[in-house]
Amino acid sequence: MSTRIQSGGRLIDRSRKIGFTFNGQRLTGHPGDTLASALLGSGQVLMGRSFKYHRPRGPVGAGSEEPNALMGLGQGAHFEPNQRATVAELHDGLAATSQNHWPSLDMDVGALNAAMSRFFPAGFYYKTFMAPRSAWKHVFEPVIRKAAGLGKAPTQPDADRYEYFYAYVDVLVVGGGMAGLQAALEAGRAGARVLLLEQTAHLGGRLLSDEVEIDGQPSDIWLAAAVAELQGMDNVTIRTRMMGAGVYDHGYVTGYERLTDHLENATGPRHRLWRIRTDRIVTATGAIERPLSFAGNDVPGVMLAAALRDYVTLYGVTPGDRTVVVTNNDDAYRTAIALKLAGLEVPVILDARDAAIGPLPRQARDLGIRVEVGKGVASVKGGKKVEAVEICSQAGEGTVLETIPCDAVAMSGGWSPVVHLWSHCGGKLVWDVDQAHFRPDASRPPTDHNGAGYVITAGSASGALLSGDAMQDAAAAGRRAAAEVGFIPSEGDAPTAMAEPEEPVQPVWMMPAGASYKLRSKAFLDFQNDVKVSDVQLAAQEGFESVEHAKRYTTLGMATDQGKLSNINGLAVLADSLGTTIPQVGTTTFRPPYTPISMGAIAGEARGAIFKPTRKSPIDGWHDENDAVWEPVADWRRPYTYRRAGETTEQAVHREIRNTRTNVGLLDASTLGKILVKGPDAAKFLDLIYTNMMSSLKPGRCRYGLMCTENGFLFDDGVVVRLSEDSFLCHTTSGGSDGVHAWMEEWLQTEWWDLEVFTSNVTEQFAQVAVVGPKARQLLESLGGMDVSKEALSFMGYAEGELGGIPARVFRISFSGELSYEIGVPASYGRAFWDMLLEKGAALGVMPYGTEALHVMRAEKGFIMIGDETDGTVTPHDLALGWAVSKKKEDFIGKRALQRPDMIRADRKQLVGLATEDPATVLPDGAHAVAGVNEYGDPKTIGHVTSTYFSPTMERSIAMALIDGGAGRMGEVLEFPVGKDSVIRATVVDPVFYDKAGERQDV
Amino acid sequence: MLRLTCPVCGATGEETEFHAGGEAHLKRFGPGSTDEDFRDYLFQRQNPRGVHFERWRHQYGCGKWFHVARCTQTLEVFGSYTAQTSTVPDHIQSAIKARRPDWEPAQ
Ligand SMILES: [Zn+2]
Repeated sequence: MSTRIQSGGRLIDRSRKIGFTFNGQRLTGHPGDTLASALLGSGQVLMGRSFKYHRPRGPVGAGSEEPNALMGLGQGAHFEPNQRATVAELHDGLAATSQNHWPSLDMDVGALNAAMSRFFPAGFYYKTFMAPRSAWKHVFEPVIRKAAGLGKAPTQPDADRYEYFYAYVDVLVVGGGMAGLQAALEAGRAGARVLLLEQTAHLGGRLLSDEVEIDGQPSDIWLAAAVAELQGMDNVTIRTRMMGAGVYDHGYVTGYERLTDHLENATGPRHRLWRIRTDRIVTATGAIERPLSFAGNDVPGVMLAAALRDYVTLYGVTPGDRTVVVTNNDDAYRTAIALKLAGLEVPVILDARDAAIGPLPRQARDLGIRVEVGKGVASVKGGKKVEAVEICSQAGEGTVLETIPCDAVAMSGGWSPVVHLWSHCGGKLVWDVDQAHFRPDASRPPTDHNGAGYVITAGSASGALLSGDAMQDAAAAGRRAAAEVGFIPSEGDAPTAMAEPEEPVQPVWMMPAGASYKLRSKAFLDFQNDVKVSDVQLAAQEGFESVEHAKRYTTLGMATDQGKLSNINGLAVLADSLGTTIPQVGTTTFRPPYTPISMGAIAGEARGAIFKPTRKSPIDGWHDENDAVWEPVADWRRPYTYRRAGETTEQAVHREIRNTRTNVGLLDASTLGKILVKGPDAAKFLDLIYTNMMSSLKPGRCRYGLMCTENGFLFDDGVVVRLSEDSFLCHTTSGGSDGVHAWMEEWLQTEWWDLEVFTSNVTEQFAQVAVVGPKARQLLESLGGMDVSKEALSFMGYAEGELGGIPARVFRISFSGELSYEIGVPASYGRAFWDMLLEKGAALGVMPYGTEALHVMRAEKGFIMIGDETDGTVTPHDLALGWAVSKKKEDFIGKRALQRPDMIRADRKQLVGLATEDPATVLPDGAHAVAGVNEYGDPKTIGHVTSTYFSPTMERSIAMALIDGGAGRMGEVLEFPVGKDSVIRATVVDPVFYDKAGERQDV
Repeated sequence: MLRLTCPVCGATGEETEFHAGGEAHLKRFGPGSTDEDFRDYLFQRQNPRGVHFERWRHQYGCGKWFHVARCTQTLEVFGSYTAQTSTVPDHIQSAIKARRPDWEPAQ
């Protein structure tokens, strides 16, 4: 059975015990354990249930490639699902829960799926759920959502902290095994700035399990010396528990550092996302062992051979007392030898090859282990744990020759280099026939801004699987990286690494070679997603010949492990089914990150209040102190209304409107964009930017202007003020200032660079207050300093001077239809000016109003709002703003497009006003008008509501809408379905509801 | 994430410091142009696999637009140059030729 053994366990501290829980059960392990090794040490091999069939699963690996042993870790606001038990370091108080089962891990109702597995073949989702449509919504989807899936999403906001970190180095080495250390030594000795990343807590990689001889000594001695030398170099930084997550263009790399996951009660950030710039990347990412495809290869207790060896050597645990080893290569013999030396039984080694004659097989035989060549596993017996292995001839169809009782199986199908980081940014692969794997094609690397390859592989990541080759390859990689970034590397001999020589691997893609359908449908390729050999064969039969199609049809390689174990085996089965070769089939795309990284790390510090800065007007403090109900407007926050005690929001808005229309209101309009356009050609330039003629505007006058894109669609509007002959102040929408400024600069710099014009975005340099209402003039006159009479400053006029001692630009413009002055003052005077208006206006009944009152009042006047009445498909003519489109100008942005036939069609959507039959009924925003039926027999939409309010001024609901051919529909009654059986009827009217003659603003 | 150099201020920066502006050297067709010319100006782009001329703006730097000659396949950057030109300057053409002898400027 699975247990802690007396020997081995170099990474654990047996002198101390630490407590943790698994599904609420209290268990113990040792410092240095992973969660998986501690569970194995506690007799727990069953660690989860599979995605589709809910099959019982134990760990198949011992590292980051693990597909099965996924757990929920932590509790409450520190809970995180889908964590691999094989890389989770044990700490005191760790709380782990298994996933995807009900009611319990041991007894799972969903396991019924497994019994039904022949009815869940490849493409099952697509085939079963085509019709009827209602069945999907009410039957299939709820059932699948309950049955399929991994861990549960956390229920509380993440309580941990995360951060970004930035690093700039010459050479980044990913992987802290023998190859990575050697490459880092070479680059570091040459003087390059080196950053070395190791995803686990320990440097040394496979040397920790598989000791070799380096320069005539045990590799532990070399390892200690190498680490010490690197740590002594000022130009070298080593980070453990940090994964090279993704490689991107021009040497940009993301690193994922786990700072506190291994600690109890840790403080400080939990994860760090490193954003690294480097000139060269050495990927010393090692290789991953492949499973073998035999029936029952997913029964808990069946593991990769090297993983089983790691559990014994590193953690002193074993999943069983009697382990059958099944292999197609020499390396797996190391597992048999390690088990035997640890005092465990190895009843047989099944070697699919015809002969096993190398030194490792000889050593195994010398230890008395039975070796059977040309043999394989027909089937593994057992449900929640391995009970026996049925042996067959590899060449046959699975006739059982012998049944061998055992409680663990170590399998090895050979090794594949970890090529992910090489491939992320376009590095190509080549199929290595001898080693039966894809390895990086060094002649086709990803290229940097100079066209040079910037990723260099080292060691087994290059395909150099034997230690001696790996060391030479790694030294060369480190030297090349250093030389390519301008340093002079050593030319001396690299260390000599020696391990037992190995005979060639023999590819085995199915075991036995002629396996029956029954066996094939129990041979798993992708453990996490439950994809079997038979599924891939079916996909090929059904015409999913492209590897990318077969992947999506079967879900092979689509789980959280992204096919680290399943990839090559799946490709081989697909190639065989198609009667072609593996390199012909090719691989799917490798995408970052290498293993999943936390959403917290991606977010970093950008959450809550600092997710995005809030722009505040110079008068923001007053609003904050006076009960503003905030509304986000682009990046700004603006008062929606100022709600007094006892008022609803709507009552507050209506009070502000009535007061503005009868007395005087104040609006903080500081957020309006303000762009200064100045120069000898300023007028000429604005004639191109605006649809209106701006060159004819006289200094001291204002004009409402429209801007179109080159497609002829309206995208921003605002009042242009001619400050002087050569300077204009262009107001934009609150959200549009940065965009309009960039738009102007783009045209100035890239099309009309001969024009002598400067632009400057002065939005934040000025506070702006709209003083609005019949008593507005009286209020300004009480401040003193400027003549604001009708004679001195007529409607659409502009004057500059002082008001109450504050320098002011006064614009007589109105967005409400009332007598109105907008006054710009230097931002630093904004609050003082506002306070002065409130003080002097108290006797006049002055009252601030918010954005909602602004919106209602402009709608009462039929004024459009960018983003309400426009959506990127609306022309000025659609909004009856043709008067603002110059016919005299030869050119302006959008003019050519507005001449296209489609832009002048009579039945385009056009702006109308709407009066509901019941004056108390307010149409919902966006409600569709319908008339007749469309080609599907459904009601035909002829337009939609763009603005809709209850108008306290008109004492009825008002709305604007864009309706097909609306200009010709005056007086028609339209229907707006707003619920299952509810229709609102409204009459098409003039959108100007209030003061149609415009007399109130021009007094 | 590309590394680009702004020829106006001379700074080399991360892609996030810049704003991509699509294909460079488009000829603007305004009032009086044919429907075909206007359509092509608005919508037709070369989208080559290989040498490409692009507009970029040093958005979070000096704010200036410039042009970049770049290989869309290998991501090699041949050079960056002023946006105030309708043609590819000689020194950029030479830099491209040095790396892509078969390349010919488009008509
Ligand atoms: Zn710049």
